[in-house]
Amino acid sequence: MKFHRPLVLLAGALAIFAAVSPMDYGIDGLAIGDHLWSRMIFSLLGIASLRDSQDTPQPANAVWNIPFATLFASMEIVSLAHLDGVRGWGFFCAVGAVWLGAWRSVDVIVERTPKLGTRARFMRMLAPVAFGATLLVLWEVLTLSLGVPKVILPAPSAILFRLVTSVPLMAADFLQTVQGILAGYLIGCGAGVVVAILIDRVPFLQRGLLPLGNLFSALPIVGVAPIMVMWFGFDWPSKAAVVVIMTFFPMLVNTVAGLSAAGHMELDLMKTYGASYRQTLLNLRLPAALPFIFNGLKINSTLAFIGAIVAEFFGTPIVGMGFRINTEVGRMNIDMVWATIVVAGVAGSLFYALLTAVERRATFWHASYRQGS
Amino acid sequence: MLTSLWQGKTLPVLTVCAIITVFWYLGSIWLNADMQRMLFENNGNPSYSTAELIEGTLTQEKPKLPTPLQILAELNKTVLETAPTSKRSLVYHGSVTLSATLLGFLIGSTLGMALAIVVVHSKSLDRSLMPWVVASQTIPIIALAPMIVVIMNQFEVTGLLPKAVIAAYLSFFPVTVGMVKGLRSPDPLQLDVMRTYSANQIQTFVKLRVPAAMPFLFASLKVGVAASLVGTVVAELTKSEDGGFGARLLGGSYYGQTIQIWAALFAAAVCAWVLVSLVGVVDRVVTRSMGARP
Amino acid sequence: MTTSVIEASHLSLTFETNDGPVHALSDVSLDIQKGEFVSLIGPSGCGKTTLLRVIADLEQPSEGDISINGMSPHEARLNRAYGYVFQSPALYPWRTIGKNIALPLEIMGFSKAERDDRVRKGLDLVNLTGFENKFPWQLSGGMQQRASIARALSFDPDLLLMDEPFGALDEIVRDKLNEQLLRLWEKTQKTVVFVTHSIPEAVFLSTKIVVMSPRPGKIHDIVPCHFPRDRTLDIRETPEFIDVANRVRQGLREGHSYAD
Repeated sequence: MKFHRPLVLLAGALAIFAAVSPMDYGIDGLAIGDHLWSRMIFSLLGIASLRDSQDTPQPANAVWNIPFATLFASMEIVSLAHLDGVRGWGFFCAVGAVWLGAWRSVDVIVERTPKLGTRARFMRMLAPVAFGATLLVLWEVLTLSLGVPKVILPAPSAILFRLVTSVPLMAADFLQTVQGILAGYLIGCGAGVVVAILIDRVPFLQRGLLPLGNLFSALPIVGVAPIMVMWFGFDWPSKAAVVVIMTFFPMLVNTVAGLSAAGHMELDLMKTYGASYRQTLLNLRLPAALPFIFNGLKINSTLAFIGAIVAEFFGTPIVGMGFRINTEVGRMNIDMVWATIVVAGVAGSLFYALLTAVERRATFWHASYRQGS
Repeated sequence: MLTSLWQGKTLPVLTVCAIITVFWYLGSIWLNADMQRMLFENNGNPSYSTAELIEGTLTQEKPKLPTPLQILAELNKTVLETAPTSKRSLVYHGSVTLSATLLGFLIGSTLGMALAIVVVHSKSLDRSLMPWVVASQTIPIIALAPMIVVIMNQFEVTGLLPKAVIAAYLSFFPVTVGMVKGLRSPDPLQLDVMRTYSANQIQTFVKLRVPAAMPFLFASLKVGVAASLVGTVVAELTKSEDGGFGARLLGGSYYGQTIQIWAALFAAAVCAWVLVSLVGVVDRVVTRSMGARP
Repeated sequence: MTTSVIEASHLSLTFETNDGPVHALSDVSLDIQKGEFVSLIGPSGCGKTTLLRVIADLEQPSEGDISINGMSPHEARLNRAYGYVFQSPALYPWRTIGKNIALPLEIMGFSKAERDDRVRKGLDLVNLTGFENKFPWQLSGGMQQRASIARALSFDPDLLLMDEPFGALDEIVRDKLNEQLLRLWEKTQKTVVFVTHSIPEAVFLSTKIVVMSPRPGKIHDIVPCHFPRDRTLDIRETPEFIDVANRVRQGLREGHSYAD
């Protein structure tokens, strides 16, 4: 970004203002507290930013001054935000400085990421982490200092607090929903693969089922949840049934595509060995289909979570992540809602990451993992 | 001609649909049988023939599994025989859901495309923001829907807008990911050709990246529009006073009106199919006008 | 005493395409004796690959007869009478080189001890000892193709069918592999049917060159080739070699007009 200089200059100016301005006002409206430590750190940030905004040549590692200064400054504003009383405009200058400093820091990280090596992998992870951390810091600081009501948007610390103090409840919710997710996922994906193999020898059925499968993947299948509750009751089997329906067709479509992925030459090779259908399936077509099958498994992992949670909006015994979200929304306990969403989000991405790791081991041979050649 | 029918797609699809219909009827008979037996006994009708039993299972008022005919009859009643302005008309509910879906989809996909364009040209945003966008596809962000509805209601924002917001963010993420993938899809060789013409970034963007991105964009638009519809329906579960398919589903499940549920589900499915097909039509028109093979 | 391994008489094969019928093979008759190295050469579309595939029972002729070792191609295939080498190595990327060579042995039901032994011998035959546990993408194109030849020979068929196996390789590697193939043929006494469109390659390797012409695919000329079995690549400069090559080139020109 070519205009980093004016932005960093602004960051520097804001930081210096913050260092010399009122941080907070007590109940009687007078500026209180020295906050010497904070002022020192903001000054450092200001100086680093002002130096960075100049055109003069600097030692190569001087560019890291801003990220480190921003890091400390952000810790300061978070602790300042937690104090009682009203924040002064010096504080908000500091917030602005931190925001701009973080922006510049992410730029620096990206600029300085080497191309190869372990340091590269670390830095590549650092960029989104820094971005996410900045968002969290700003969220925390602004919700607290601007007095945003907890029922609108709670601060991350409040959400964390709620999470940590409700572990038994959240664990019970999670276990309830996870039963539906896992059962539905295994049955749905398994059925998809099995049916794909069964119709492999009947091209007529393939031509009939595939267009329907593509159609089904676009439909709001979560809507069958009330019907499943009617058939299977309130508990987790009805949620598993919803997940089965949601995951079956994507798995079917992907597996059928995978079974036709083996190359013509490789298939002819099997013919020259006089190999039977079963031998060809096990030795060639199924291994060649694995990338597609894993693609389907990954898509289905998110669908399974969505299906089970949304299905719980329709009715469930008094436990479950979807139930928790629905009920706490009604009670305006928004921090609890966020806590549940965090658990669902983390669980969802961990499951996906697990699938990706398994995929890597099982399809290590696929061209997409090799650079070049 | 029979061979070309056999080899084509219509006959197999129709055959599979026919098989499904047959199984559906069998399912109706099986699942509704218990209820039917109970009904006969309560009506003081102890001796009934199997034919009467079967007939009964196919014409129950609140069956466990309505027959396709019953669902079609309900659709007929609520779509064609009811005024579109009445709260009982599926056309009314459809318009409520569709208006939020379309508005949200338009906003979400436009923002998604815009973000994709920025991300492709800024390494910094690409490395710091894109991982989060991609990660969002692994978490069930639809769980945020009830919260958004309730919070926006706190601000006196009701009706169409909260649902559109949900529809927007559900279509935003897949469109961004797809568009970025598409804008990055040109071969390095094709990019080199542009460099030999000293084309600047805008020219390369308009003449190479955008046309290359079209297939990816439309594929993700299809995913996005379907996600928008699902999001709107889920949002309507939280606040069903304004109507919509979700409200109808919820109402049906409260009062045990199974045929109503199925009819609403069918109608929502038809809408989803129409929306995705429309995107497909636009896709074909655009790609054909760009000279791609149909 | 020589025996016919492949006897083809009046073979025809017509494909129905959207642009009308394509006569890939038209009245082709050919006799191949045991121990011969026969090259099929011709421009694209002359039917050489099609003929090879008919021998391998990967295509069925519309007319005519063909027998392999006295059996129909279908029976010959089920009897595992031949090994086939394709234009590209077609190694399965999820198997190591060793397991790739063992693939036909697994399918044909050899015991583990037998499989290990044959894999070892096969690797040795093509000079790939030590690469047993590598994956195909870790090897160069030439090495992969050698592995594919080892795989074709692992179950010891008497007949080897090769479809432009060295076409995708650069000339230097190709020369080396030609020599290695010749030595291998000398050592194992197999019957080889070899499709190529390189004249020097055909003349260098073969005992008999079948020149084919396209549209419709038919045999234009059969050129015998009697170079000493222990020849090296230097033979390509000799007058005898150039004579044979000229005869082949002449046949190709006659059979295929560039005005097409």
